[in-house]
Amino acid sequence: MNLVGMNEGFVLVAKRDCQTCELVQPVVRELAVGGRPLAVYSQDDPTFPEGVAGVRDDRALEVSFRLGIETVPTLIRLEGGREVERVVGWQRDEWRALTGVNSLGEGLPAWRPGCGSKSVEPGVVDELEIKYGNVPFQARRIEVGEHEDEFETMYSRGWSDGLPTVPPTRLRVHRMLKGTNRDPEDVLGLLPPDLQPITVEKVAINAVMAGCAPEYMPVVIGAVEAALSEPFNMHGVLATTMFCGPIMIVNGPIARAIGMNSRGNALGQGNRANATIGRALQLCVRNVGGGRPQGVDRSTLGTPGKYTFCFAEDEAGSFWEPLSVERGFAKDSNTVTLFAGDGVHGIVDQQSRTPESLARTFALSLRGVNHWKLAQGADAILVVSPEHERTFKAAGWDKARLRQELDTLLELPASEVVRGAGGIAEGVPAAALGERKTIPKFRKGGLLIVRAGGDAGMFSAVIAGWGASGPVGSTPVTVAIKD
Amino acid sequence: MELLDPTSEISPVRRARKAPPDKIAGLTVGLLDISKPRGNIFLDRIEERLAEKGVTVKRYKKPTFTRPAPNDLSQKIASEVDLVIEGLAD
Repeated sequence: MNLVGMNEGFVLVAKRDCQTCELVQPVVRELAVGGRPLAVYSQDDPTFPEGVAGVRDDRALEVSFRLGIETVPTLIRLEGGREVERVVGWQRDEWRALTGVNSLGEGLPAWRPGCGSKSVEPGVVDELEIKYGNVPFQARRIEVGEHEDEFETMYSRGWSDGLPTVPPTRLRVHRMLKGTNRDPEDVLGLLPPDLQPITVEKVAINAVMAGCAPEYMPVVIGAVEAALSEPFNMHGVLATTMFCGPIMIVNGPIARAIGMNSRGNALGQGNRANATIGRALQLCVRNVGGGRPQGVDRSTLGTPGKYTFCFAEDEAGSFWEPLSVERGFAKDSNTVTLFAGDGVHGIVDQQSRTPESLARTFALSLRGVNHWKLAQGADAILVVSPEHERTFKAAGWDKARLRQELDTLLELPASEVVRGAGGIAEGVPAAALGERKTIPKFRKGGLLIVRAGGDAGMFSAVIAGWGASGPVGSTPVTVAIKD
Repeated sequence: MELLDPTSEISPVRRARKAPPDKIAGLTVGLLDISKPRGNIFLDRIEERLAEKGVTVKRYKKPTFTRPAPNDLSQKIASEVDLVIEGLAD
């Protein structure tokens, strides 16, 4: 027997909270007389339509869901147990043709549009899909005891970075997966350090826990893909005794579309997308990869950015080319760049009004990355605020010009940086310097420049990279964000 | 409530008990008296036996057996001993 327990006849789905359904009440009564086989389902009130016997209660919306009802009233004709015809809303001629009752709805208007079915209301449809739709999940299910607090369960199982996590119920994960077109079963790769397969579904589970909205999923997946790439070396970034963690810079229209912050306090707290996208990657590494502090994560001190560190470049107000374009992507591409970095070191310069002076300030601050006497070890990000960028813009300096200047200023004198110089044992080994008189602070391509921050404040920032950059450690990786 | 496992699922759903130590000599063992009558007599005997095996014993007592141990007591025990034996005598 089929869903409605009837092989021949009519099925009507309606709700009281709909003027068109109210309007057709006499029509339903007319159809119900004479033992005509008719199954009437009410979505909100089983006493509606009035005067019709045996109205079926579909407040659970199972039948509406299974019949794929989008509008009420919907009238369906069954033949041999199968649907052969349906009419949506009130259309007198169509109803007459479908039922074969030519007097139907005399005196009523010829046409009235229907109302939205309760089964397709926002949120409801996801619940019904979980309840009745056989949505498949690969992940195993963890039962939380009746008197157990699910937040405590997640802590005690070690799933949290220390802050509360959102319980990854099937419904929430199902909604999260709607944020991407990727197949939940797609394996993105083997995530270090345990080299376990990470599927789109596992990303979604961890994104739920991190507090992401579904529309962030493409960015989170992009970040995971970047972390999985060989040049980024996620294993090393995690396992090092140094400070670093994965830092994400998002470029392209998606940053604005999902409400990321690239302006005031861009590197700080308070924006859901920035906060949770960065956290989602870290939770993936923790939970799927198995990377935990004092486990494979051997960081001596760590950095608060290992909770989350994600921001967008402020492209809209910028005179400069965005990072994504510099890194070979078309303008307005959506990309995420992953950088293995430490914390934020502020640069204060409220006096410089020429690009030369400001570049010197930047160079001095950049020289401090890792150690004033170390070179070629770490990469760095220079985050330039709008008020500082303005100075370069006025002088017509693009990013390349600024970088060229910084490269010159950051040719460090060998005599200053060699081990032992200045009474400091640390420094560049003499053998590495050879006959050179100077050594570049950064390896080629090791300095990233992005624009972000609020309108007011002549402050920029250095984000130091991991002391092992490039092929020996981690190389910044930019990937295209896909839907 | 049912949650979807965010991990790589390489450990069992039911978490394993903490493995018992290979030997107890040299460890500090806490004895928790839950305040049931005559529990102390049972624990005195346990203390004697443990001391013979070279174990350092620390004694603790819950105010009442009808309620879980107060937090400060649980934390004190956790920070002072390697193992704890709870006296459930009755």
